[in-house]
Order: sequence, then C-alpha cells, then structure tokens
Amino acid sequence: MNDPSTDAALTALLFAVDPVGLGGVCLRTGPGPGRDAFVSLLRACLTETTKFRRLPLNIAEGRLLGGLDIAATLRAGKPIAERGLLAEADGGVVLIAMAERLPVSTAAQLCAAIDTGEIITARDGVAARQSARLGFVAFDEGDDDDERMPPALRDRFAFQPDLTSGVDTDDLPYDIEAVAHARASLAEVDVSDDIITAISSTTMALGILSLRAPLLAVRVARIAAALDGRTQATMQDAALAARLVLAPRATIIPQMPPEESEEEPPPPDQPPENEPPEPQDQSEQTEQNDQPMGDIVLEAAAAAIPAGLLAQLKAAEAAPKRQSAGGKAGALKKSSKRGRPAGLRRAMPGPNARLNLVETLRAAAPWQRLRRTEGADPARVQVRADDFHITRFKQRSETTTIFAVDASGSAAANRLAEAKGAVELLLADCYIRRDNVAVIAFRGKGCELLLPPTRSLVRAKRSLSALPGGGGTPLAAGLDAAEDLAELVQRRGGTPIIVVLTDGRANITRDGNGGRAQAEQEAMAAATRLRASQRTILLVDTSPRPAPQAQAFANAMAARYLPLPYVDPGRLSRAVQNVTPARRG
Amino acid sequence: MGVAFPFSAIAGQDEMKRAIVAVAVDPGIGGVLVFGDRGTGKSTAIRALAALLPEIRVVDECRYHCDPALEVRLCADCTTRLANGPLPSHMTPVAVVDLPLGASEDRVVGALDLERALSRGEKAFEPGLLARANRGFLYVDEVNLLEDHIVDLLIDVAASGENVVERDGLSIRHPARFVLVGSGNPEEGELRPQLLDRFGLSVEVKTPTDLATRIDIVKRRDAYERDPEAFIARFAEADATLRAAILAGRAKLGHVEVPDAVLEKASRLCIALGTDGLRAELTLMRTARATAAFEGADVVTDAHLRQIAAPALRHRLRRNVLDDAGSTARVDRAVAELFAA
Repeated sequence: MNDPSTDAALTALLFAVDPVGLGGVCLRTGPGPGRDAFVSLLRACLTETTKFRRLPLNIAEGRLLGGLDIAATLRAGKPIAERGLLAEADGGVVLIAMAERLPVSTAAQLCAAIDTGEIITARDGVAARQSARLGFVAFDEGDDDDERMPPALRDRFAFQPDLTSGVDTDDLPYDIEAVAHARASLAEVDVSDDIITAISSTTMALGILSLRAPLLAVRVARIAAALDGRTQATMQDAALAARLVLAPRATIIPQMPPEESEEEPPPPDQPPENEPPEPQDQSEQTEQNDQPMGDIVLEAAAAAIPAGLLAQLKAAEAAPKRQSAGGKAGALKKSSKRGRPAGLRRAMPGPNARLNLVETLRAAAPWQRLRRTEGADPARVQVRADDFHITRFKQRSETTTIFAVDASGSAAANRLAEAKGAVELLLADCYIRRDNVAVIAFRGKGCELLLPPTRSLVRAKRSLSALPGGGGTPLAAGLDAAEDLAELVQRRGGTPIIVVLTDGRANITRDGNGGRAQAEQEAMAAATRLRASQRTILLVDTSPRPAPQAQAFANAMAARYLPLPYVDPGRLSRAVQNVTPARRG
Repeated sequence: MGVAFPFSAIAGQDEMKRAIVAVAVDPGIGGVLVFGDRGTGKSTAIRALAALLPEIRVVDECRYHCDPALEVRLCADCTTRLANGPLPSHMTPVAVVDLPLGASEDRVVGALDLERALSRGEKAFEPGLLARANRGFLYVDEVNLLEDHIVDLLIDVAASGENVVERDGLSIRHPARFVLVGSGNPEEGELRPQLLDRFGLSVEVKTPTDLATRIDIVKRRDAYERDPEAFIARFAEADATLRAAILAGRAKLGHVEVPDAVLEKASRLCIALGTDGLRAELTLMRTARATAAFEGADVVTDAHLRQIAAPALRHRLRRNVLDDAGSTARVDRAVAELFAA
C-alpha cells in the first residue's frame, strides 16, 4: 500500500489542494518520465486558472522581485513599477528548475515569500509591497549529497517524494475531482489535540529539529481528511502525513517499542522514547486502536524512511565516495558582467561593463529641462556621455581550501590530532579572509567528505572532532575525492586549493583491496590527473622521516612538497598561506 | 500575512523575548541579533513586535518621524519650521521596517526622486529605508547574507545615528536612529565582526526539544492559521499588559538606581572575559537597568545582571577559534565564578 509510485501521485493531489500552505515539493531527480508525470498530474489537479510559472535559474533580481519598468517610465514621465515574477504568479505555482544551483540570495527571497505571502520590493526607486502567495515545485537535479537545493528553502517545503518508480494513479484512494472539493472544505476540517501531539512526538522521535515539519504535517493531515470528505482528521491521516512529510526528514532511526501480540493492551510502562503517556481516551476509533495512537504515526514514518538513509546512518565505514564530475556544466566563466553587484560607477558601458540603465537615467533626469532649452528634441530623453553608469560586479572568487587528510594507521593517531589542529588554525585565517574550508578524510577502504565547503567554524569543529583514525591508506581514492570536490568548487565559481596531508604509503586500491604495488600505481595515476587539471596543491609529508614516495607523488601532481616530520600547526598554516594566491583588494 | 502572530503567544524562547523587550524599553542599548536554527520563530517574534510597541509622537508631515519634544535631534526641515512656531504633531505606530535582502543602495539610503526629476526637472530627495526606520526598528532577516556594501552602509549609519547622502548631486543629511534587529542562521554564513559589534545584544535561539513546548507551539500556530482574528483576540489582553509594562519601564528608566557594587561586578565580568573596549560594560549596565525598569524594580540587582550577561557579552568575546562553540559557556562560567566569589 505504501508503494512509492502511489505515494508520489498522492503527494501531487495533496499539494494541489493547498500549494500555498504546503510551501512546495522538492523533486530530487533528473529529467524523465517520472518527473513529467508528476507535473502533469499536479497541473491536472490544479484549477485551470491557476498560474504556473517557471523560474529561470539566472533570473535577475529585478525580474524576480519587480523594479522600475524603464520603457513605461519614460513614456509616462513618472516611475512605473514593473511587477516581478513572484508577484505575477500570486496564488499560483512556481517551478524552479535546477534548484540545486539556486543562489542562496535568491533562495532567501523565496523563503521570505513563503513566510510572509508577500514580496517587498525596495530597489530601483520603487518601494512596493505585493501579495505573492505561492507554492513551489523544485527540480533538484544534483547528483550527490553536496549538490542540493538550499536547505532553508527545503525546510519550508512539505514534500520530497521519491519518483524513481514513477507516478502511479491507479491505486489512488481519492479521485482527482476530490481535490476541488477538498480545497473548498479545508477550513472546516478539525485536527484534534491528540493528533497534534502524535505528530509532534513523532517529529521528536525521528530527530527532526525544525518546527516547520510538524506544522506542515498537521496541514497535510487536514488536507488528507478533506480529500476523504471528512471534517475530522484521524490517526490514519496523521500517519499519512508522517510518512510523506516527516519520514524523508528523519535524522535518527526511531526506537520502536517491542512488538505486542494483538490481544494484549499496550502496557503503559513501555512507551517509546520521548513519548508522552498515551491518551487513554480511545473514542476516536481507528482500525488499529489497540496500538498506542502515536505509534501508528511513528511506524508509518519509520517504514517510509528511505533505505539509503538507514544505510548511511548505519555505515560505520563510509563507502568510497564517487562524485560524478562529468561535463554537465561548463566551468564558470569569469567576466566582469556577472557575479554579485557591488556598487556603481560613472563610466561608459562597453564589452566588459554592463550599463546600469536606471542609474544612467537618474543621472540624466535633473538636466532634462536644461538640455531641452539648449535646442534638443523635447520628445526624447537627453542622455549625455557623462550620464552613463555601469554596474560593478564582484565575482565570487572565494578560495576553498580542501584538506585531504590521511587518517590511516600509518599516519598514527597523534598525527591526526596535529592535522586537526592545523585545520582549525587555518579556519581562523579563513574566517578572517572569508574563505571556505572542506575536509576529506581517507582511511581503511575509502574516503569520506567530513566537511563540505563551509565558512562555518561551528560546523567545522563538529565534523573534525568526529574524525576517527586507523586502517590502510587508500591514497588514490583520497586524491580522486579531492579532485572531484575541487572541480565542484570551480564549477561554482570558487578557486580550489588542495592540501594533502599524507605519508605517501598507499596500500589500498580504489576498489578497496590491499596491495601496495597496485595501490601506488593508482595513486600515481590520480596524482597525474590532478596535475592535468592544474590545481594549486600542497603536499604535506607527515611521515616521521621524509620518504621518497611522498616526494614522488608531489612531483607527479606538480604540488609544492612540504616535509613536516612533526606537524606544527602554526608552520602548516603559514605554508598554506604561502601557496594561496594574492587576495583581491 | 495580514495580521501578525501575537508576541505573547510565542511559546518559549524567553531569552529572545527578554532581549527584545529590553531594547523596546531602552533603544539606546543598540540592536538585537537573533541567531539560531531554522524554524524557531525568529522572524515571527520580530514581526510581532510592530503590533506590540506603544505608539510614538511625531511631527506632522515629517519624513523622518522627528520627535517634537527633542529639538536637538530635529531634521533640517523641522528645524526651519520650528522657527515659525511650535510643531504640530500626532501619534503613530512605531515603524518596523524590513530591509529585504535584494534592496539596492538607493532604496536604503534614499536617492533622487525620479518622478519629480523626470516630470518637473526638479532635484528632490526621496528618503529611503533608513529614513523610514528613524526612531523605529530596522529588521534584516538573513543578515549574514546581506551584501557587503549594504553592510558597510549600515555599520556607518548605526554608529553615527545620521544618514549622509552624497549622490546624484544631492547633499542631504538626516537623523537615522534605529534599533537594528538582525536574524540569521550561522550555518549559512558568518557575520562580519564589525557588524557583530554594532548589535547590543546577541541571542541564540534553539529549537525547543521538550515535547510539551513543541506541541504547544504547533497547536498555537495551527489555531492562528485557522482563525487569525480569534487567535489574536485571545492574546490581546496579554499583549496589552506587556505593552503597559514597556511603557511603565520607559517612564521609570531614568529613576532606576545602578549601585556601584553592580557596576563593579559588570566591569569585573568584562575583565575576566577579556572583552574589547568599554561597549560591553555600557551594554551590560543599560540592559540590566532596562530589565529592572521593565520589572518595576527601583534598584538594579545582581540577579538582573546575571539574567542579561549572556546576551550582552557572548558576541563580544575575543574570538578563540579552538573554543568557538562555547562562547555562551564561557560567559556562564565567568558569571558563575564572579558570583560565587
């Protein structure tokens, strides 16, 4: 009954009832029939007049939020505001393609729209407040865990259905026709305190911190009841909400109470963790009413936790991380025409300078009268050369320092502590210079991205303290992971620097087997790949006595070689600074 | 959204509510920074503030909401008008101005009035968000994602209390005293230390992990969404009581005594924690006084100081990278040591 393809169809129905209240749906899958089927089902469920707009990834802020309509402004002789895409789509659904590449600043605007239901514009001389009650459908096409749509936005979305097995409408418990009826009767559905309690405790048991999750689940329960034509939400509705809304957000595997035999009433002394005493009033008869009500909801959620998540949580040793680095997107082109706007300047526009029309007109405006008296055509706006303004853009040229740390047994445990110290020390520098840091650890059979690129000291500390040591040295896998991450950073417009801390004693091959000769051969190949991509690399030799292998690897990848028999965090940090290119400004 | 969620209906988050009330009683404390997890009611609390605050008296037709009672802080227009007799005034709600993330510089500081320039060829100043926020609150959600050049601007104006506009051939200065309220999630980016220092208080909000509170929050939110009017009516009385206490606190503020012994403790606390400059002591003293005034006390006590030490100090500690997560713990430790002695 919990067939994912039916759940996906159900998600579309539920969302169609109240897109605004549910925030959005995140479809984490590539283009394909599943996604198309979901969208066409959703559109079939929405009323014909519902607006359905597509949000291009590179949308200019002016177009998103609204601003000055220059053509109309010049015609009318007074500022005419242009409605932004969000305000235009008011009451409808906005589709975000490639949501994993959505800039954080755009995501923040969308979050504000979800939170307040309106768009406040304060730009280009326009100050407006427009209604923007929206639901979103996001296509998240990132192919690994590092490429996901911004978490702040994802938190506000009710659903992230699994579309891998398609969308199946055959087993749907409701008709598409029920959607319109549910929409009309939604306000009459009552959600009892018991259900709110059950949903809240399930949220806790699944380790979900955000308070938006239970709120969205309550809304889904209400919608489910409305779809069924009832005015009272039941535990079944709550279980459905838990399965669809809460389960995908689970961070821990809930502690399930031991299975009870059917006849036995639930012993009150064995509630699951964090569970309040069960409400004894069983007046709301559910089909499984000899089970504590909260448990039904919890079980429904636990059963729907994606298998991948469980595996991830249980994995004591992480599998080798392969990131697809295919040519899906070209390297970010650098030019002075993109990036974040960083002020304006009076200058002539040209191939490398983008005209800022509003500022130019603003500069020209006060002189119009005067210039007309000088005999110019009164019907036209008189713009002179020195009125021209260009926008200056700041390229995101952040440096991301990727640490690939050898945490194997040969790089003994105390060296690991030193390496951690060095990384933390470097974080202090990065904090001042507003750089990012990422940490990859390789040991045993594979490597693990301990810390995705971040500027947050809090997160850095947390993930570093959890770095264990021991096992063999899968140097090839470590170098591969560093290169993959460097590519990702570069695609996002950053400048990667790789720092490898190792003793160079590779003895685990890429496929996780022992064998020094092959391991070294593979590591050498990985090093050559790094050289080919012309990265800035620092290889820190952490062996007690500097060894020729490490030096050879450094040469192969054209890295700076730093023998550091006893890692001194201060010295390491200075060494990294020396390979860092000169900073802007 | 229409009507805001009532302030007194916000469950838990006592430190945040206390800090907001303290700056409402004494805006001189400086801004409040609310940092914390997603979905913890940061934005809700600040948007509730506008409905909570008592009204203020402003000069009629003044674009900067000048206070007729404070002649030294009048804007240029009001000063000119004052020469012709007393200024007419009226009561108006306190402005809580949103500074949206995408705001451009011209909207923040103000710029040439395009309409008048285009249609009449006149050079006139159109005030920006800073002018609207004068004597009120300026709220920046996701303050850590704000663009650098806007941050620079805010730092400058927050320090001087005056907005100086030199652009488009305009040369204008006007009062811009506002309480800066910022919120954000530290995992999405750090805040520049210079801006951090401009905030008087810094509050950390965490998602409540206690089930009863969480159920309560979900229930209240659900009730609010189903019937906002009825829900607001339910909390109208609590909001009114709080408003009255803020007003009483403001009236009392000048009469609350700060004993030397408390001042000494504040200074010793700052020395023990190695905070830079004197701003920490001043904030401690002002916040303790505002809290005492709000509670109706005549004298500031150690208890007031202890209550507000963490929000007043935690963002001023010299950054120790290797002991970062523990800035609250460090303040707590220092407070415990001081008061144990």
